[in-house]
Amino acid sequence: MSSAAPVAEFPTSSPLFDARAGEVTQAPSRGQRIFDAVFRKTCHTFAWLTILLVGFIVARITAAAIPAIHTLGLGFVTGRVWDANAGTYGILAQIWGTIYTSVLALMLGSIFGVAAAIFLSEGFLSAAVFGALKKFNLHLKPVTLRLPDQLERLLKELIELLAAIPSVVYGLWGIFVVIPLIRPWCNWLHAQMGWVPFFSTDLSGPGVLPAVLVLAIMILPTVTAISRDALVSVPPKIRMAAYGLGATRWESLFAVILPAASRGIFGGIVLAFGRALGETMALAMLVGNSNQIKLSLFSPANTLAALLANNFPEAGPKEVGILMYAALVLLAITLVVNVAGAFILHRAALMQSE
Amino acid sequence: MATNVVERNLAGVEDPFAGVDFSHLERSLRRPRTLIDALLNLATAALTMLALVPLFSVVVMLLWRGGKRLSIAALTSLPPGPLEAGGGFGNAIVGTTVMVAVAILFSVPFGILTAVYLAQSNNKVAEVVRFCAKLLTGFPSILAGVFAYGAVVLATGGFSSLAGAVALSVLMLPTVILTSEDAIRMVPSRMKEAAIGMGATTAQTVWMVLLPTAIPGILTGVMLAVARAAGETAPLIFTALFSNYWLWQHGQMKLMQPTASLAVLIYNFAGMPFKNQVELAWAAALVLVLMVLCANLAGQALSARQVQR
Repeated sequence: MSSAAPVAEFPTSSPLFDARAGEVTQAPSRGQRIFDAVFRKTCHTFAWLTILLVGFIVARITAAAIPAIHTLGLGFVTGRVWDANAGTYGILAQIWGTIYTSVLALMLGSIFGVAAAIFLSEGFLSAAVFGALKKFNLHLKPVTLRLPDQLERLLKELIELLAAIPSVVYGLWGIFVVIPLIRPWCNWLHAQMGWVPFFSTDLSGPGVLPAVLVLAIMILPTVTAISRDALVSVPPKIRMAAYGLGATRWESLFAVILPAASRGIFGGIVLAFGRALGETMALAMLVGNSNQIKLSLFSPANTLAALLANNFPEAGPKEVGILMYAALVLLAITLVVNVAGAFILHRAALMQSE
Repeated sequence: MATNVVERNLAGVEDPFAGVDFSHLERSLRRPRTLIDALLNLATAALTMLALVPLFSVVVMLLWRGGKRLSIAALTSLPPGPLEAGGGFGNAIVGTTVMVAVAILFSVPFGILTAVYLAQSNNKVAEVVRFCAKLLTGFPSILAGVFAYGAVVLATGGFSSLAGAVALSVLMLPTVILTSEDAIRMVPSRMKEAAIGMGATTAQTVWMVLLPTAIPGILTGVMLAVARAAGETAPLIFTALFSNYWLWQHGQMKLMQPTASLAVLIYNFAGMPFKNQVELAWAAALVLVLMVLCANLAGQALSARQVQR
């Protein structure tokens, strides 16, 4: 970084170097030095621009929301009715829908995701493969020896590739596969156990449950990938010590490995929660877009992101301000969750490096 | 083992383990702790399989329902009107490609220059920049659309592919910054030191040593960002909107007009009550997923090359 200065003062006039100075070696020319300075300044500027961009995004949304904040105040966040014709706007139902669907999806997604992470990191596949080989009295060959590990890696990469499928495709799948599949079961549950608040309505198409199922599937790869990283990075010494003391696999998992990896797993779950809160398309397609606060899993609901996606294309100047206010609320919620997640992951990394 | 014991007994040596009952050390399912262990093993395997079923069902349904309708005509013609037969999503493929390309033009130089700064400095500014980039990774994609709506659509007075590209580049930027920084930091420090030792300026070191060595890693990041951006719908619905016409009209690019994209086409057609449109939505979904997977696999192939170096 400070290389320019000593090079510039290189004693090119000394008789020792005179012979071939300017032929093999030469100090940076004026043009090169100017280019260097400009390049370094440019990099510095772009780094600052990144900070400014984040600030500008927040400021732009806030500035557009200020008129609505003035006219609607905090009643916007506590109001339950969104009626553009009557001029009443409230987003409590959307906030409820956002958090309700995300929490349910997170519960499902983290149970399945952590289970898959344990399955892919604790040698389940190799135990199964070697057990099967033993049953058939086959001896371990170099090929079969590496098979389980390769299978494990393949499964892990497949799960990570599935994270790349766009959410609109999951939404499409939800509409045409999940809803027809679960509808008879849900209506049967409603008919049999309608007194349970979760089943108090029937599923007439889009609703909370299909949205939750699809959302859980969408966040599963995130949870699995981060949890698996956390489990794999538990020092092998600890694991071996547990097994050496005679612990079974799950005794060592519960007593040693999971506690050691818990911060990483928890951070992954919080990041997945942030993703679920901000997820738009799958929910806009599956949740039903009806502003109501109900416990029922089968009734339609709405989320903040779906509200934005549905109303922005046709919004007039006044409505844009109100939607910007809703966007600001969504930004605040996701910001808190994401900062918490990043902080936990950061602490986990510090703990593991100690 | 058993033969050993017999031999020793025959030789008249006293068996030190005589009278010790080993049976309670054996693994038996009758014992609660082994039983619980086996049950939990089973439960974990079952949960994993259950989690994989829907994931693979998505892929199978895409291939089946999307593959049925996929044809050259679908790839090259304009979207059909209601109740109209045939049609396709050619303009949406062009729209997605153009918007992602423009987003690359915005975000890649920006991201790489920022990464060059980050990779060489460990001061407070760099830390704040890194924190901002991480914040942007977790940023809901729809808010990028809201930002582009406020900054471009309201400013220029209409929906346009430019606004869509701005929204996408906001989403691509953090991935490009963070992966490029990693790639540049992975360059062996002796290469960098050799360049500095030979009297190269910082700019020369970056251009002639760091960037050429780190380029596979940087391209991996760019491909991952492209894969993410190509599939995004939320930031496009109210920035680029949709269009039933080609982006290229009367011999000129209509960058300031509403533009079709695959993702928005899928969203619009999925909600329509017409069979033809729904079939096209599945075919478009298959094309979109293939595009995204290609970008992803290209990125992974590049990162594999980097490891071999």
